[in-house]
Amino acid sequence: MRKYYEFVVEGLIFASGIASIIFVLLIFIFLLKEGLMVFRDVGLFDFLFGKFWYPISEPPRLGILPLILGSLWVTVGATIISVPLGIACAIFIGEIAPGWLREILKAGVELLAAIPSIVLGFIGLVTLVPLVKKFFGLPTGLTAIAGSIMLAFMAMPTIVSIMEDALNAVPKGYREGSIAMGATKWQTIHRIVLPSASSGIIAAVMLGIGRVIGETMAVMMITGNAAVIPHTFFQPVRTMTATIAAEMGETVQGSEHYFALFAIGIVLFAITFLVNLLADLSLHRKPVRA
Amino acid sequence: MVNASEKIQVKELSVTYDSVPALRSVSFSVLEHEILGIIGPANSGKTTFLRTLNRLSDLNPKLKSSGEVLIDEKDIYKKWNVFQLRKKVGMVFALPSPLPISIFENLAYGPRRDGVRNKTRLSETVERSLKAAFLWDEVKDRLNESAMKLSGGQQQRLCIARTLALEPEVILFDEPCSGLDPISTAMIEDAMRELKKRYTLILVTNNTKQAARVSDRVAFFLMGELVEIDQAQKIFTVPKDKRTEGYVSGRYG
Ligand SMILES: Nc1ncnc2c1ncn2[C@@H]1O[C@H](COP(=O)(O)OP(=O)(O)OP(=O)(O)O)[C@@H](O)[C@H]1O
Ligand SMILES: [Mg+2]
Repeated sequence: MRKYYEFVVEGLIFASGIASIIFVLLIFIFLLKEGLMVFRDVGLFDFLFGKFWYPISEPPRLGILPLILGSLWVTVGATIISVPLGIACAIFIGEIAPGWLREILKAGVELLAAIPSIVLGFIGLVTLVPLVKKFFGLPTGLTAIAGSIMLAFMAMPTIVSIMEDALNAVPKGYREGSIAMGATKWQTIHRIVLPSASSGIIAAVMLGIGRVIGETMAVMMITGNAAVIPHTFFQPVRTMTATIAAEMGETVQGSEHYFALFAIGIVLFAITFLVNLLADLSLHRKPVRA
Repeated sequence: MVNASEKIQVKELSVTYDSVPALRSVSFSVLEHEILGIIGPANSGKTTFLRTLNRLSDLNPKLKSSGEVLIDEKDIYKKWNVFQLRKKVGMVFALPSPLPISIFENLAYGPRRDGVRNKTRLSETVERSLKAAFLWDEVKDRLNESAMKLSGGQQQRLCIARTLALEPEVILFDEPCSGLDPISTAMIEDAMRELKKRYTLILVTNNTKQAARVSDRVAFFLMGELVEIDQAQKIFTVPKDKRTEGYVSGRYG
């Protein structure tokens, strides 16, 4: 009886493990199958570097360079804002703040992470967008910079919480050894704690960026969604994710446009896969340095 | 009134963690160029005492202390700059804890934080400190390797050396040999005997034999109280207090 029970449980666990792999594979195969179809009509180069995205003109022009650049501008902007802020915030929470303040701040960061992105997008639309318009004196506030600021808020909790874990993992003996040699708190953080936690910090940043690249609803609401090649942060842009979300519902299944949207999915997949891979590599790097 | 050779004077020092007492009104002096052994069973406050001397105890917000500690007749809380104090009063921990940087950088760490930039001077300090900790011959060809690659005994001598690089006057050892083999232990004890010519040493140890081997005087702590302090020979042969006698003869602890 007991043996039978073990067998069933093991079988179930095995099956669910295999199932998740199969699902991932199926999704991947489906994505490839649909996405690669677009290359019957457009060359890879023209697709990636074409300057015009007019999917419903006749014939359609399917160049996604404006979309790639849109994602890039928004992501770079969000990174520039969120990485220094996130790192500083994690250092403050992990190393400097007294116990009670640390708990409050950690709760705050978790709360920020718990806000659904659509809600952040909505708040951004009614508060941030007019502010950006006024502050920079622009014809519209629906710009890359508004998206960047919004996404920075979303990346922050990821960066802060993962980096805080990395700081926590630094052995107490390193800190005490440094302090006992007469180093100040800041010298200890700067010379010992941050270098020892560097791989975790890189992973935190990468996962934060990954979150930004994949974000859809909030950016769709506040970046203006114009599929033109952006030259500054103060222009409306359209990201790859927003394009898929906005157009998938209106396209005819089996059309060139439809396949092109899947191909954008492949590009996104490749980018996030790369970012996660880099994060993983740095997380699992041996922490001991020469 | 004050004896000139009293390097450290402890006056009615009491320490609590969250108002639970760990040291109860301890008073005594540490003499210049002696090795003072501190023995006592677990939780008797030995580590707490050492960490108070170089104010590492400041790191623990739950800890409160009262009473006075004078080093070179200056109050450690009122007259000493805390960073200068920690350089003057070096500490070697129970677990060897080198920093995750090269051997050379471990030794140069203290002087660099103190503003020394001159390469030659740093190299000289590194060599001198490693020699004084009996480690130079073993590592002189691999100064740029990670200190984490050294054996436990070597790491502990490295920690002694990095303390020496700060040119301290007092060195605190908290059970420095608890994780080491007899040969590494002997090397560290030899180093201590050599060091006392130039420094004042305090050695906390759970090993009464070690205390007997290297200390000039020995203090016996029990539940946060200083029970007795005397010449090592006397503590181990004719202790005044029954409790000391019980501990050194191995009846409890
Ligand atoms: N960080 C701390 N927080 C709270 N209480 C502490 C802390 N460190 C020590 N204590 C308490 O203070 C008392 C003395 O501890 P201490 O570490 O000084 O003893 P010890 O003599 O060094 O013991 P051992 O021989 O085990 O190292 C103990 O009752 C201990 O529980
Ligand atoms: Mg102890």
